[in-house]
Order: sequence, then structure tokens, then C-alpha cells
Amino acid sequence: MAALIKLAYLAAAVLFILGLKRLSSPATARSGNFIASIGMLIAIVATLAFTGILTWQMIIIGMVVGSAIGAVFARTVKMTAMPQMVALLNGFGGGASALVAAAEFLSPSTDVGVGAPLYVNLTVGLSVLVGAVTFSGSLVAFGKLQELITGRPVTYPLQKTINGLILAAILGLVVWLVLEPENGAAFGSLAALAFLLGILSVIPIGGADMPVVISLLNSYSGVAAAMTGFVINNEGLIISGALVGASGLILTNIMCRAMNRSLANVLFGAFGAAAAEGPAAAAGDRSVRSISHEDAAMMLAYARQVVVVPGYGLAVAQAQHEVRELADLLEKRGVEVKYAIHPVAGRMPGHMNVLLAEANVPYDKLRDMDQINPEFERTDVALVIGANDVVNPAARNRPDSPLYGMPILDVDKSQNVIVLKRSMRPGFAGVDNDLFYNGKTSMLFGDAKDSVKKLIEEIKAL
Amino acid sequence: MPEVLVSLFVVFVLAMLIGFEVITKVPPTLHTPLMSGSNAISGITIIGALIVAGRGDTTLTSILGLLAVIFAMINVVGGFLVTDRMLQMFRRRPGEDK
Repeated sequence: MAALIKLAYLAAAVLFILGLKRLSSPATARSGNFIASIGMLIAIVATLAFTGILTWQMIIIGMVVGSAIGAVFARTVKMTAMPQMVALLNGFGGGASALVAAAEFLSPSTDVGVGAPLYVNLTVGLSVLVGAVTFSGSLVAFGKLQELITGRPVTYPLQKTINGLILAAILGLVVWLVLEPENGAAFGSLAALAFLLGILSVIPIGGADMPVVISLLNSYSGVAAAMTGFVINNEGLIISGALVGASGLILTNIMCRAMNRSLANVLFGAFGAAAAEGPAAAAGDRSVRSISHEDAAMMLAYARQVVVVPGYGLAVAQAQHEVRELADLLEKRGVEVKYAIHPVAGRMPGHMNVLLAEANVPYDKLRDMDQINPEFERTDVALVIGANDVVNPAARNRPDSPLYGMPILDVDKSQNVIVLKRSMRPGFAGVDNDLFYNGKTSMLFGDAKDSVKKLIEEIKAL
Repeated sequence: MPEVLVSLFVVFVLAMLIGFEVITKVPPTLHTPLMSGSNAISGITIIGALIVAGRGDTTLTSILGLLAVIFAMINVVGGFLVTDRMLQMFRRRPGEDK
């Protein structure tokens, strides 16, 4: 029996890997996800059939309730809310891992806890640590993204020192637990402090850095599952957890590079806190040129190439369908339309691509930053919709700017720039944008959706 | 150092390397479905949850097990379904809907 279970878990792990492999192209990705879900089914069925389950009550209740909640989430979540959804799922994954480790520790029928070998209690301690940090950290990230709590960094004196002391205390408790496995108080304090650390380490991180945080928590949720695998001596959990851990680390790295920041700087920098104090003052008395819908429509209709630069503002205004309609209209007039997607255009890696795919924008029209930047010089109009920091030239030419060094979309190199924006309010980073004061730039103020609708009418009337 | 732990650690490191190899090939367009999909995979902790919940030793561990099963199932079912919902949108070939 034991061999059979192991083989089933191996099959599941192989299917996960094959499934992830098929994510390398949009054409095969859906089948990949299906293959991975079959792997999960095999793992669950094998566990239920062969591990000697004694009581079914909790299992049945848990599976029905959990599946129902998961299915409702998955069906009803809006694509704009995907970052919150992923944050929440990360949290549940981490929470489940911590709970399993806790139950193993407290259970009288396992070799964990009292009388257990040293290393088993080490893995229990680490498993609870990573799981609980993932759980509470993800809930805070969810709260920030859902705007239940402020998206601005929350800072207070000695913040890093306090977090450092908590981490030191936790590691001390892990050692204590290894030396004195029957110590329930040490275990309880460890779980509580880890929960606290998750909260305190995410609250100082600002809204603009959420893509990094979600990616990192994604990685943690995988590591938590792998740690639980060490606790219950299960290779299936270890392999799957390691895959997710690796995936999250890669995405974290990509996001950090896209913002030209180190991970340490994201985690401890409280980016955007200082700038939040006086965003309005930074605008000074420089003037911007605003443009009418009619003139903007003319510029777009008679252009050869238009590059649409979508930002999170577009998603908030739910204007992606209108933008696609505008693009269709322009293409009928013979205008070449492309989309320039900055890696941090949404609130999580690849978010903008999903939003545009939802609006039926063909994915071969989407261009990565590296592909599109050389094309701006040949572009007649760059249409910036709700993007701000990712098109701020200060990232190239103002060494004193907090954005300096971040790779940006070079929209200021195109012949004309039209910026659709609600007001002159600065972006998430709280930094003023020189692009708006550039001579080539015209501002089209108002709600993105309304503005694009009016542009569509004007172009139809031409 | 206990041998069990070492051999498990070997598995962990090798799986990480496979993860790096496979996932660097995922294009940026699919990074959001990658996250939600890998999230569902990290729900593999359901295995541990089922074992704990089905052992029925004490009330406390059974309740912890129940919570763990609920959390892990939300992760698994929610993760796979929402990923499928997203990838369905990407499957449309350019021009197909016109």
C-alpha cells in the first residue's frame, strides 16, 4: 500500500510539471491547467483510498464547504480583482499548511511532539512559521488591494527593529521547541508571533509594490506546503511545494527588476510614504496643455501607428472594452494599433494581459516593454490610459527621483502623446510626472471610459 | 543528520531546479494564470489536511484538520477554476470572434 500511495503522488507531481510546461504558450495553457487538476485529483483520491482514514465526518464537511467557497470565488471574481483573489488563495494555502503542522504537533498518535526526533520538531516549527506568516501577510495584502485598509505604507518608529526582534524571538522558539518538544507554550507563542510577523511585515509596503508582495507570498505558500511535506514525510507535498516556491521566486525577481528595486528595498523601504505628504505641491506652477475630444480623435484617426499604453486606471474605469472598440475603429481606417504592456502595468504580474484578453484584444497585439520601446520613435500617437509611473521620464533622467532607474515605456519618444487622466493626481508612487508637462503631450481629462466613448463617437463622425 | 531528512531535502532541491527550468519559459502574458494555477498546486497540502482530519484522535486536532481541509479545498478548487476561466479568454485566436 505504501508503495502505491507514493507512486500516486509521483504521478501527481509529474502531471503538475507537465501542466506547468504547457503554460509556455497561450494555445496549450488551458490543457495544461486541466492536466494539473487531474494530478490533484489523483493525489486526493489516493490519499482517501489508501492512507487508512478512520473518520469521514470532518473530511466530507471540509471538502464540501471548501469546494463550494472556492467555486463561488472563482466564478464571481472580477478580472480587475484578480490580485486580491490570488492574495486570498495564497493565504488559505499557507494557513492550511500551518494548521496541518499544528495538528501534527498536538496529535498524540504521531511521532511529532513529545518524544519525537529533534529534526521533526524543527520542521514543525519552520512549517508553522512559514504557513502563519503567509496566512496573515496575505490577509493584509488582500485588505490593501481590496482597499479595506490604506494602500499607503503604514510606518512607525523602530519598525524594522521591532520586526527583527520578533523574528529573533521566533527563531529562538524554534530552537526551544527542538530542545524541549513537549513544550506547548513555546509552540503556541511561536504560532502567535509568526501570525503577528506576517501582519507587521506587510503593512509598511505600499500599494505600488503589491505585485512584488503577492509574488513573494505565492512563493511562501509553496514553501509552506513543502515544509509540511517534511513534517509528514511526504515527497508529493515537497515536490509540488518546491515548484510553486520556484515559480513565486521567479515572478518576484521579474517584478523587482521591472521596478529597478531590490527585494530588501521593497520589503523594508516603505516606498511612497514620504512622497504622500505633499503630492499636490510638487506640481508647482508648470502648465499642461489640455485637448478636446474632437482634436484628439483627429490625431488618432489620421495617424499611421497608434500605441495604446494601458495602466491600472484603465482597469479601474472598466474601459478595456471601449478601448478595444476604439482600436477596431482605428484599424478599419488603416491605422496600425499596438498595446504596450509594462511588466507592472496592473496590480500583479501579467494582470493587464488578462484584462485585455477579457475584452477580446488578440494577444498578438500585446507587446512587452523591450519589444515596443524601439517602436515609439515611429509612433505618431501614444495613447496613455490610466498609466502614470511606468511612463514617467524621471526614471531615466532625474537621479533624485524615487523612480530613477526603473525601466519605463519611452512614450515621450513618440511624435505625440495623449494622456487620458482623471486629474493631475500623481500615481501610486506619489511622484509628479514630467511627461504631462512635455510640449508633445496633450491631456484629455475625465473618466477614462467616458473619454474613450467620446473619442469613438468623434471618429465615427469623421 | 537523519537520513530521511536528507533524502527529502534532495527531492526538494531537485524539484526547485525543475521549477526554475519550466517556469522561466512561461511568457509574461500568462503570468497571472501562472500564479493562480501554481496557487492551486500549492493546495497539495490538502493531502496532509485529509490525513490529519481523518485520523480522528482528539477533538482539537479534528477541528484543526477540518479547517485545514476547508482552506486547502478553497485553494485547490478556486485556483484551478479561476485559472481555467482566464485561460479560456486567452485561447481565442486573433480574429476568431470577428
